[in-house]
Amino acid sequence: MNPANKSKRRLLLGAGSLGALLLTGCDRLSETEWFPKVLRTHETLSRSVHKLLGSRPSMAQEFTEADLSPFFRSNGTSMPEGDEYQALVKSGFADWQLEVGGLVEMPAQLSLAELRAMPRRTQITRHDCVEGWSAIGKWTGVPLSNVLSLVQPKANARYVVFHCADAMGGSLTPEYYYESIDMDDALHPQTILAYGLNGTDLPIPNGAPIRLRVERQLGYKHAKYVMRIELVESFANIAGGKGGYWEDNGYQWYAGI
Amino acid sequence: MAAASITSYASPSYLYYRHTLPVRIMHWTNFVALTILFMSGLHIFNAHAALYWGDSSYSGRPPLLQITARDGTDGEPIGVTRVFGREFETTGLLGLSKYPNGEPNQHAFPSWATIPGGYSLAMARDWHFFFAWIFVLNGVAYVLYSLFSRHLARDLAPTGRELRGIGTSIADHVKFKHPSGDAAKRYNVLQKLAYLSVIFVLLPLVILAGWAMSPWLNSIVPGWVDLLGGRQSARTIHFIVAWLLFLFLAVHVFEVLISGFWNHMRSMITGRYRIKTGA
Repeated sequence: MNPANKSKRRLLLGAGSLGALLLTGCDRLSETEWFPKVLRTHETLSRSVHKLLGSRPSMAQEFTEADLSPFFRSNGTSMPEGDEYQALVKSGFADWQLEVGGLVEMPAQLSLAELRAMPRRTQITRHDCVEGWSAIGKWTGVPLSNVLSLVQPKANARYVVFHCADAMGGSLTPEYYYESIDMDDALHPQTILAYGLNGTDLPIPNGAPIRLRVERQLGYKHAKYVMRIELVESFANIAGGKGGYWEDNGYQWYAGI
Repeated sequence: MAAASITSYASPSYLYYRHTLPVRIMHWTNFVALTILFMSGLHIFNAHAALYWGDSSYSGRPPLLQITARDGTDGEPIGVTRVFGREFETTGLLGLSKYPNGEPNQHAFPSWATIPGGYSLAMARDWHFFFAWIFVLNGVAYVLYSLFSRHLARDLAPTGRELRGIGTSIADHVKFKHPSGDAAKRYNVLQKLAYLSVIFVLLPLVILAGWAMSPWLNSIVPGWVDLLGGRQSARTIHFIVAWLLFLFLAVHVFEVLISGFWNHMRSMITGRYRIKTGA
């Protein structure tokens, strides 16, 4: 072989092994204890900058009826298992009660009829899934701020936690879906407990009887099948301690990006 | 070939200080960040391997691009890529490939092209956003440095004379003819235009389209994402520009390989580029 070709071949081989090294290197780093923590610093960074740029009143884009997706995709659970939820379905959620408690002055139990009688907001918004797809739906519900003013949060309440009816995964002890948001998002005018989608009652695959809409964050924050709302100072002692089912499974708590 | 090398080694040459330290540091930082962004980006794409135009993915119109796996005529799964409704079989590369251990992988892009290799959307997002910050901060530092050090005006902006000579430069590139002597101290006009379009068109566009996918950033000025055609259009633009950047990298590395690899590597590491004068 001619020496020039030989050195070119060596160069290509070198580049190839460098690439392979980079790949295994990245995978090794992903498996260490410390490196994912370094990577995760982006969450605080993005969240702080986003908070600076978009304070409480920054509003998610709203669309028109013409923009509505022909059908609204259901992701994750489409029918919660368990006798309790099945009984609620049978009664048309007539026996369903939303429990609102934790760090509040006046804990409350609210029926669907009571929630429907409260002030309502209808908004046509885009739902962005962490996977990458978007769908546009028309949501009707009661602003969470109205529910909160009813129960009067205590001064040390920092997060609102949503406990849901759907058990996730296939493990023996069921892990129920849950989510949490901070008070800024909880009091945001577009944050609603939605009981209607596209002019009808919220369908079961989309989270009946109510689901959370928190429009400036990705889909997994929008908890479906909400059964209980709890105000807390910290979510460190709830389930895996990361503030949500997907957060306990490695996803970012701040899902504005 | 061998005889030619001997002549050129024998001819007089000297080392010319071509790249300043800040440029060298920012060049390699950018290279590492963009490589990781590209590969973790392919991983994120795998979570929903389809691209659309407009605001939503469920508009009643089919996707512009879709990479998936389906059963072939013999019942065995095959990987397929659909572009504007046309289907191509891409088994082995797209839609259906193999993990290093031989297990089938039904994700769009193969594991050797993604970070991490094994599927984890949450981890891919951590890689992507951490290096996005490094990439953006590095880019801002580079633009500021280039303005204030006059790197931009001195080394990157083409002169009128250079622009008029663009025909010669194109012909030289096609013939793989590279400048020598004093001309090798400067970037040639095609090189300048390529760098300027990457720095001031492609990179800002990929950042903007990335921001357009953040629901929170969408809310800062509601409706600004419509300038890019809507969120799903922004995702499509982000994907296309990422591949244009990959194309740039391929041509860039090719040009480096054929115009004196070690000389270029030395100059981008130590700053010093060997200029041959006797040729």
